[in-house]
Amino acid sequence: MRFWVIQSLNGLALGGLLFLLSSGFSLIFGLMRVANLSHGAYFMLGAYVGLSVLNAGYGFWTAVAAGAVAIGILGGVIERVLLRRLAGRTFSQVLVTLGIAFIIADSSLLLWSGDPMPLPVPRSLTGAVPVLGVFFPKYRLAVVGISIVTAAALWALLERTRLGAMVRAGVDDMEMARALGIPVPRLFTAVFCLGAALAGMGGVLGGPILSVYPGLDMDMLPLALIVLILGGPGSLAGAFAGSFFIGFLYTFGQALFPQLAYVILFLPMVAALVLRPKGLFGARAA
Amino acid sequence: MSAEALRLEAVSKSFGGLPAVRGVSLSIADGERRLLLGPNGAGKTTLFNLVTGDLPPDTGSIRLFGREISRMPAHRRVHLGLARTYQVITLFPRKTLAQNLELALLGLSPLRWNPVALPSRRPELRERALAVLERVGLRAAADRRLSDTSYGEQRRVEIAMALSQEPRVLLLDEPFAGLSQEERREIQRQLAAIPRQVTVVMIEHDLDVALSFAERITVLHQGQIIVEGSRAEVVADARVQEVYLGA
Amino acid sequence: MIRALPVALSSLLLLAPALSPSDFYVNVATQILIAAIFALSLNLLVGYGGLISLGHAAYLGVSAYLTIWLVTRAGVGHLPAAAAAVVLTTAMSVLFGVLALRATGLGFLMITLALGQILWGLAYRWVSVTGGDNGLSGFDRPRPFGIDLASPRAFYLATAAVFACAFVLMAVLVRSTFGAGLQGVRDQPRRMQALGWHVWMVRLVAFVAAGFWGAVAGVLYAYYNQFVSPHVLALTSSAEALLMVIAGGAGTLLGPVVGAVVVVMLKNVVSAYVTRWVLLLGLVFVAIVAFMPEGLVPGFDRLRRRRRRRRTAGDA
Repeated sequence: MRFWVIQSLNGLALGGLLFLLSSGFSLIFGLMRVANLSHGAYFMLGAYVGLSVLNAGYGFWTAVAAGAVAIGILGGVIERVLLRRLAGRTFSQVLVTLGIAFIIADSSLLLWSGDPMPLPVPRSLTGAVPVLGVFFPKYRLAVVGISIVTAAALWALLERTRLGAMVRAGVDDMEMARALGIPVPRLFTAVFCLGAALAGMGGVLGGPILSVYPGLDMDMLPLALIVLILGGPGSLAGAFAGSFFIGFLYTFGQALFPQLAYVILFLPMVAALVLRPKGLFGARAA
Repeated sequence: MSAEALRLEAVSKSFGGLPAVRGVSLSIADGERRLLLGPNGAGKTTLFNLVTGDLPPDTGSIRLFGREISRMPAHRRVHLGLARTYQVITLFPRKTLAQNLELALLGLSPLRWNPVALPSRRPELRERALAVLERVGLRAAADRRLSDTSYGEQRRVEIAMALSQEPRVLLLDEPFAGLSQEERREIQRQLAAIPRQVTVVMIEHDLDVALSFAERITVLHQGQIIVEGSRAEVVADARVQEVYLGA
Repeated sequence: MIRALPVALSSLLLLAPALSPSDFYVNVATQILIAAIFALSLNLLVGYGGLISLGHAAYLGVSAYLTIWLVTRAGVGHLPAAAAAVVLTTAMSVLFGVLALRATGLGFLMITLALGQILWGLAYRWVSVTGGDNGLSGFDRPRPFGIDLASPRAFYLATAAVFACAFVLMAVLVRSTFGAGLQGVRDQPRRMQALGWHVWMVRLVAFVAAGFWGAVAGVLYAYYNQFVSPHVLALTSSAEALLMVIAGGAGTLLGPVVGAVVVVMLKNVVSAYVTRWVLLLGLVFVAIVAFMPEGLVPGFDRLRRRRRRRRTAGDA
């Protein structure tokens, strides 16, 4: 019983982190049709930035904000300078993001060395609380809470603001959105910034749980892809559900079948793609 | 003469909730020249797509010379003698006219699976391509890139490619669209030279040009057939006039 | 249209590294050729087929693992082991192709990536078979016909021979009637279908051909390194191959070769002076995609033609 509770809570925590990672990924793909292959790198870089801010003596929440802002700005610059240049050529855009991933990964190795480094848990959230008969780290519960709050905020953004309406219009029908006068290039930059910032924030928040190490980017990217496939492009609800589903699947998989953990993770995705490829990518008018 | 080239029975197709083709039944005789008329959105191109297999029908049957093809993959229907052209010319702009034609000729040839047969070592392929181009008066442009030819010439090449496969049924989707007067005359000449035994079904908007070509006309409106008959019958029909006055 | 001069020059170029006094450079040349075969195989899919795969390392890796495992753990002879590795890996590519070709574009990319990741995960976890993180070693090069392939020069020449065959056969494939069809399917799949081409099957054949040559590269990889670890199956491995193809020029024959030269040189030679060669690779790659998206080979070709045109115009 204890085992199930602990693993479920771990699954929730991982799911929460995955949501921060993949909500941005899904929005970017849903709107721009670009699979941002540097998204895992943004997550990792956010964690590194957070680490440096912490080492400089600042507080944890400052570090989270710094991670979000720094990566958001980086994403915005990349979108504006490189991706916009290649507007309309999604294949080239995807390749550029792959190149950026390599650049970020190696730069990180240069700047922070290759040792895995856990981020320290903020003092306000150290310790454990009793939950359903077990003692569970406060921090991980906080991560779940933060991701739910973020999800709510994103939902409000999409459903209640003009920006959100523009994003939803663009996701549904880009041609129509353009025809309606929506400033598409600026919208792309804004969404890319937002997605990157979310990933950066996720990286810092994930630091105490996952640590930060070279290769974190390529560990996280496939997970974001799986959530995208399962949840559907541009769907916040899909990203939310998908993230927690994968969080649970991965956590339980690791605990119960460590030999086959990776297979368990990818098989649903392969199955989904193989059985319904059109349903996921053929539906939207380009 | 008595054979039926194409028979559709109660064919329907919807996209989402929108019906594009609703319970269409028609019969086209072997060697007939049929015209499909109708305002935009009437379902004409969708009907073509159902016949060629670009889209699967929701209901109904489609028979080519008596053979049920509604579940048959599109490329297999081509091997049974079905060919088509598209409203928008989607050929290979960076290839020469001869190369474009060769792709059409290869489509039905066992050579298409051959990973070691070099075209330079198969002069008969090029010769056949040149012969087809000769017949449409474009032999001189054989080695010119498609993108360096006029739209009218590209349309002629497209129709020539379809005919080079010696089809039994040819579907032409708005072959005159976007052409100048002179270019239209060229296409008319090309169509007049189609062998008598080929069944031709054409979608067209340009009534003057199309009416001279067609023997029987089927008029579609909102996915259904509203009138079918000879030229005279259709032109005089009140419903057709109503539909076209609005268009 | 085999012209004597390019053939003679390429043969000389191919043989030249064997004359180098430095073992290091001979080995680099060997690595370049193995990478080139791998990149050429991926290019059949990416450049000529228009299908972007991020899981091509699967064929390189599985073939390498099979070769070494069969020889060191199952006592199979070298030639039968290599042959079996290629055959089994090619069979795997048929299965993977059927799965991956359920989609095109991004769906295809994701399935190939997922399949590659599954294999990588298996290589890591299935320690009893793959040796896990430690990989498989204890693999020596054979001595066929009295030639000791442990010698860098001898191994280089053997690799060069395989490369020459691979290059010629792939060149014939892309120039053949099937190759014309493959490129047609890449450019206008709906039109090709309407002309009687079996689009799915054409793509599958290309996928399997790519898997086959990837497997061949895998055998050479195994013999060159005399060791294999899960790293060969990692996403970075597939991504590097894609970089080689794109940077050099997808859809050309020389492009992947040039790409392989660039990447391997960066990895081995430049890394002596610049520790962060991956960073440099990434920068070069981004620059190429952003400013010369067709890749180096077509890009330079275009520049050359433009300069020639300007010169003749200037003369006039």
